[in-house]
Amino acid sequence: MNPEERHIFSVLVENRFGVLARVAGLFSGRGFNIDSLNVAETHDSSISQITLVTHGDAQIIEQIYHHLNRLIDVIEVTDLSTAGTHVERELVLIKVATEDPQKRTEVLQVAEVFRGRVIDMKPASLVLEITGDEGKLKAAIDIFNTYGILELARTGKIAMLRGSDF
Amino acid sequence: MELSGAQILVDSLKREGVEYIFGVNGGAAMPIFDALYGETELKLIPMRHEQGASHAADGYARATGDVGVALATSGPGATNLVTGIATAYMDSIPMVAITGQVFTHYIGSDAFQECDVIGVTRPICKHSYLIKDCDEIADVVAEAFHLAKTGKPGPVVIDIAKDAQLHEALFKYPETVDIRSYKPQVHGDPAQIGKAAALIKEAKRPMLYAGGGVVLANASEELRQLTLKTQIPITVTLMGLGAFPETHPLAMEMPGMHGSCCANYAFTDADLVIAIGARFDDRVTGDLNKFAPNAKKIHIDIDASCIGKNVPVDVPIVGDAKKVLTELNKQVGIADIDPWRAQIQEWKQKYPFEYEQKADKVMPQYVIEQIYEHYSDAIVVADVGQHQMWAAQYFKFTEPRQWLNSGGLGTMGFSLPAAIGAQLGCPDKTVVNINGDGSYIMTIQELVPAVTMKLPLKIFIINNMYLGMVRQWQELFHGKRYSAVDYHDNPDFALLAQAFGATGLRVEHTEDVVPALQKAQGITDGPVVIDFIVDEEENVFPMVPAGAGLGDVIRGLS
Repeated sequence: MNPEERHIFSVLVENRFGVLARVAGLFSGRGFNIDSLNVAETHDSSISQITLVTHGDAQIIEQIYHHLNRLIDVIEVTDLSTAGTHVERELVLIKVATEDPQKRTEVLQVAEVFRGRVIDMKPASLVLEITGDEGKLKAAIDIFNTYGILELARTGKIAMLRGSDF
Repeated sequence: MELSGAQILVDSLKREGVEYIFGVNGGAAMPIFDALYGETELKLIPMRHEQGASHAADGYARATGDVGVALATSGPGATNLVTGIATAYMDSIPMVAITGQVFTHYIGSDAFQECDVIGVTRPICKHSYLIKDCDEIADVVAEAFHLAKTGKPGPVVIDIAKDAQLHEALFKYPETVDIRSYKPQVHGDPAQIGKAAALIKEAKRPMLYAGGGVVLANASEELRQLTLKTQIPITVTLMGLGAFPETHPLAMEMPGMHGSCCANYAFTDADLVIAIGARFDDRVTGDLNKFAPNAKKIHIDIDASCIGKNVPVDVPIVGDAKKVLTELNKQVGIADIDPWRAQIQEWKQKYPFEYEQKADKVMPQYVIEQIYEHYSDAIVVADVGQHQMWAAQYFKFTEPRQWLNSGGLGTMGFSLPAAIGAQLGCPDKTVVNINGDGSYIMTIQELVPAVTMKLPLKIFIINNMYLGMVRQWQELFHGKRYSAVDYHDNPDFALLAQAFGATGLRVEHTEDVVPALQKAQGITDGPVVIDFIVDEEENVFPMVPAGAGLGDVIRGLS
């Protein structure tokens, strides 16, 4: 068994119904894995961008690249993990229990460490917004878990090549 | 003037030069069938089952190289097309499958005869379209035909809501098609072609391995030039048979599970394999760890995802076989490989396809040999099973598009409707359908349109009263436990043919084989069915057992 690698693909597709199903079907039909997936319209409303994180050995990653390219609605595929250096971000919303005012103060202090923003506050809970790479979000979630996370929602990864690496 | 969506569809198909459309009528497609009524330029061929319609469109495409068109209604009509669409997809056949869909406002409501056709066919077609607005029809048809026949060909599905068929719009057919996300790479990289030529020059034991892609790319002429110029031995796969004449001394015949020992030994000993439009299918390679272990590999294919999928490749060349071979042919000369050629000839002579004539039995291989003697120029449409392998082994194909079969999906029931499509596409050719008793009865209903149209099909059933290939595996690998393969309860196919209005003959003795074939040659006003009652337990050999290496081929039972 060859070593497995994680890859981030940036896929530009026609902004039409059914395209996501074609991409997802490619993965499910061939037993490839999707670790995270993010889809949204770009500044050109006829094009959507899919950021897709997957893993597999080199041969599987190459197959994924070619099969994505083979889909008729796919305009461009970039393997960000090999095409150059890239930046990546995820966003997480965390609702933390804060019945106790003492606890609330602590949670707010921790949030500051992670440059989190409070976007809702109720007597018994507050909602934090934190952005960052995967490692930072994991660290934040681990800490807030000790205070009691009531609810968590997280985007998939979005990423792009740095500066002139395109 | 505004036209109905259905009329726009028909006019668009005419703009694409469609001659025939194979279909079965039904509720959600009625406006389209209505627009086809009385149409003479684009002829509607009513089939008896939608599966037959899709295979007939496929057979037409395989025989002519043009796009085949099938038409069905929504729901069950569409799902019946599915086997034919998947068959075409696996063999990369250019086809457009059109289905009626329920009214737009019913879509998603579980309406009568509603089915998510786009969802069902997504993994088995090259692309698909759902049309809800009649304004889109002309553009979609143009795109669908462009996609079906360019790049790696394949079936495209167009699902049209009934209201889009009924509403009216102006007909304006696009002069050109430009899809920004679809630019197939047809020209091979010159540097890679140079590397391939250098490898060919150095090789001591090279072999050519050509597949169905050569036929699809209409590159048989270029393949012949390459073979003759280099004098490198060649094996042509089941899907490519006829791309190079099997009668030529350099031809090693088909490789793989039931291929020639020569081709399989050649793979095992070769130091260079030059694959052209072939995909290293498991039925060709056997155990991948033992496949061509000493050989460097050059792989020419239009589909980048096909290269390196099963076998690591040293020189990948993405491009159209015709264009790549044209360039490669400029850079190669005769190969200095006399000892290798001598080895190939030795294997060829030592291990030809052979069988034992059993007393009082009609041997299936003998029937195929005699079909070849009497119909060597015919288009042969085979079904799937033992008869298919015997036909591939004992009929010596010399021209591309002379041999049609469902190689990838292995669809039983393919051949009779496909033969109808082939005969309509090639009216001046004799079309021979070599069928099995199991596969014939799967789509036997299509004998009706063949009789109605008086098509002079030669339908030869190699009848061993079993689902023969499965029975063979049961004999070899399941202790002769013949589960669900005994077809002795099939009807008398000769009598049944007569009931359909065709000529039906039954042959039970070896001495009657040739007279029956001669008699069939004289029947030109409709189909003739000959039911050859052959040895029940004859097996297909050679055979590479599933999971074994090609070098471990079993030459015969004895």
